[in-house]
Amino acid sequence: MHRPLPEDPMIRSLIAQAKRAQISRRAMLAGTGAGATALALAACSTGSEEVSPAEDQSESDKTLNWANWPLYIDEDDDGNYPTLQRFQEESGIEVNYLIDVDDNNSYFAKVRDQLALGQDIGADTVCLTDWMVNRWIQLGYTQELNKDNIPNAANLVASLQDPQFDPGRVHSLPWQGGFAGICYNTDETDEVRAVSDLWRPDLKGRVGVLSEMRDTIGVIMLEQGVDISGDFSADEFNAALDVFREQVESGQIRNVRGNAYSEDLVNGDTLAAICWSGDITLLNYEAGYEKWKFVLPEGGATLWNDNFLIPIGSPRKTNAEKLINYYYEPEVAAEVALWVNYITPVEGAKEAALAIDPEVAENQLIFPNAETLANAKIFRGLTAQEENEFQSSFQSILLGS
Amino acid sequence: MAFGAFATATTAAEPVARRKSPIALLLLLPGLLYLGLFFLVPLFSLVITSLQQPDPVLFGQFENAFRWENYVTVLEQYWPQTIRAFGFAALATLFALLIGFPLAYFVGITLRRWPLLQALALVLVIAPFFISFLLRTIAWKQLFSDEGPIVGFLQALAILPGDAAITGSAFAVVFGLTYNFIPFMTLPIYTSLERLDLRYVEAGGDLYASPRSTFFRVTLPLAAPGIMSGTLLTFIPAAGDYVNASREFLGSTDTAMIGNVIEANFLVLQNFPAAAALSLVLMAAILILVSAYVKRSGTEDLL
Repeated sequence: MHRPLPEDPMIRSLIAQAKRAQISRRAMLAGTGAGATALALAACSTGSEEVSPAEDQSESDKTLNWANWPLYIDEDDDGNYPTLQRFQEESGIEVNYLIDVDDNNSYFAKVRDQLALGQDIGADTVCLTDWMVNRWIQLGYTQELNKDNIPNAANLVASLQDPQFDPGRVHSLPWQGGFAGICYNTDETDEVRAVSDLWRPDLKGRVGVLSEMRDTIGVIMLEQGVDISGDFSADEFNAALDVFREQVESGQIRNVRGNAYSEDLVNGDTLAAICWSGDITLLNYEAGYEKWKFVLPEGGATLWNDNFLIPIGSPRKTNAEKLINYYYEPEVAAEVALWVNYITPVEGAKEAALAIDPEVAENQLIFPNAETLANAKIFRGLTAQEENEFQSSFQSILLGS
Repeated sequence: MAFGAFATATTAAEPVARRKSPIALLLLLPGLLYLGLFFLVPLFSLVITSLQQPDPVLFGQFENAFRWENYVTVLEQYWPQTIRAFGFAALATLFALLIGFPLAYFVGITLRRWPLLQALALVLVIAPFFISFLLRTIAWKQLFSDEGPIVGFLQALAILPGDAAITGSAFAVVFGLTYNFIPFMTLPIYTSLERLDLRYVEAGGDLYASPRSTFFRVTLPLAAPGIMSGTLLTFIPAAGDYVNASREFLGSTDTAMIGNVIEANFLVLQNFPAAAALSLVLMAAILILVSAYVKRSGTEDLL
């Protein structure tokens, strides 16, 4: 590469210039790199400073964004939401109902960065499950509810008034709840009454379980006599996890899935499953008869609730509170519960439902009595360390390692 | 900054008319900005994230650090899924090549005399793209289900034992990967074969080469650029794929690939450093494998 430079001074200077330009190009790349690092660092700053709630503009802004799960509100044949339409007419608030939540974890992963900065996440109220609400409250991502705007909050059933994650319901109010229990295909297999029945030889490879750790491990722990709402130890959790691992590795459990577990029941891959109460009602409705039977397992079922909360960056808090207040009217709650087949947290809704549909009002999965509820437990809130530890052991089984 | 460098260069040298006009740089600017903003920044951010350490109190919060142990930990914990990912991707690439090459040959050479048929066949190769691959993959899951037509048929022929299942097996995942990537393999090979001058093949025959030898000495080398880009277009995305092997699609707890591990760490465990470290490991592994492949095939100039 050491060719002598040409004689011509003009060409010499051109070459020299080109060489310098080369170096400067490298410098430019390095500069870009440094700039990128700075930008990346800025993007990575965790922003752990306290953020303050957004200013409420409900007075001037009569709109509301509500993020919720699929099939989780009454719907008529035209795809309208009758109860929500009435709220809009009564209150003059235009509600934008978003079916944005498909999974607690992935929804949180989507909005966590904006929450950390105190920004509007595009939802003024969102319904999330107890343990996720626990996380939001701990991280300071929710606004306090002004109960003066929600007089109907007094209709909340007594058992849900003081959850461990939100004593006195300062930040959250339940929307709907449900059981995780077990179900089986009545055409193809014998009765299943307890979780241990799922490990029967004739069900080998035909059992589905939920990828929601608290429900799957929860019912196994209950079977082992552990109170999941109490102060159980890591050993007790791990004992249930061992049972789960053994059944996955032996191939007894066919698959571990989220919402889609119902597909496996329908196409016959699984004959029995750990499942959610409301889904089975819907599947049977589609099948036209009680093809799948939902059972509250002998050891006990888990009980969970999805709760309204108001994200820290929402500028329409009062509007959200009005909406929550509306859904705490017993008549409205009854109408929703009869459609979604989940448990309503509103006192007096059962009486209201009796007037609409007496038969459904007796359904223990929708309007459970005290006896049924005594057999169902709420998984207690986990500390950050427990959450890390338990979830990573659970996930490592799901990932086969 | 770059302009500044040019300016000093001119003042230092003799006042020669500068032929390097800034227009070239101006034209490059959007591309450079794009690369900087959407490739370099995320890449650096990924590197920084991969070295973070967890906040001792808050779940899912991390602080900047230099914890290179993250890499050791994820490799120790997830090496089976990493190896499985490359194994599955290699198998899928091989099968896609075995299916895609004859298909491309048929469309590109055999059908050459009937342009209408050729166009139609080409549309059929591309047609699957018109439907979301998620839907198509779910459809395969239904077809492969225990009470579905395929398992029933194979069991009736006693090819499969009565209690066998397909969904959730390694076979289903490799099948899904192969199926989803066949068009990516077929199209580049088709473009090379479509331009193939058939007189070369004729010349092979005239020179007493057997059809077999003509194929291996003439057709195949001329199709090499297509095979090259086809295999890369299949192997690279297949190695990082997390849909086919997902438990929600064709996979089960035994088939997780590195993509599924990254997904679980990002979305469920919220262990961003682990997910970032794994992403970088995947990137580096692909880079090494692919450059070894390109080098070995001696086809850098074909790309």
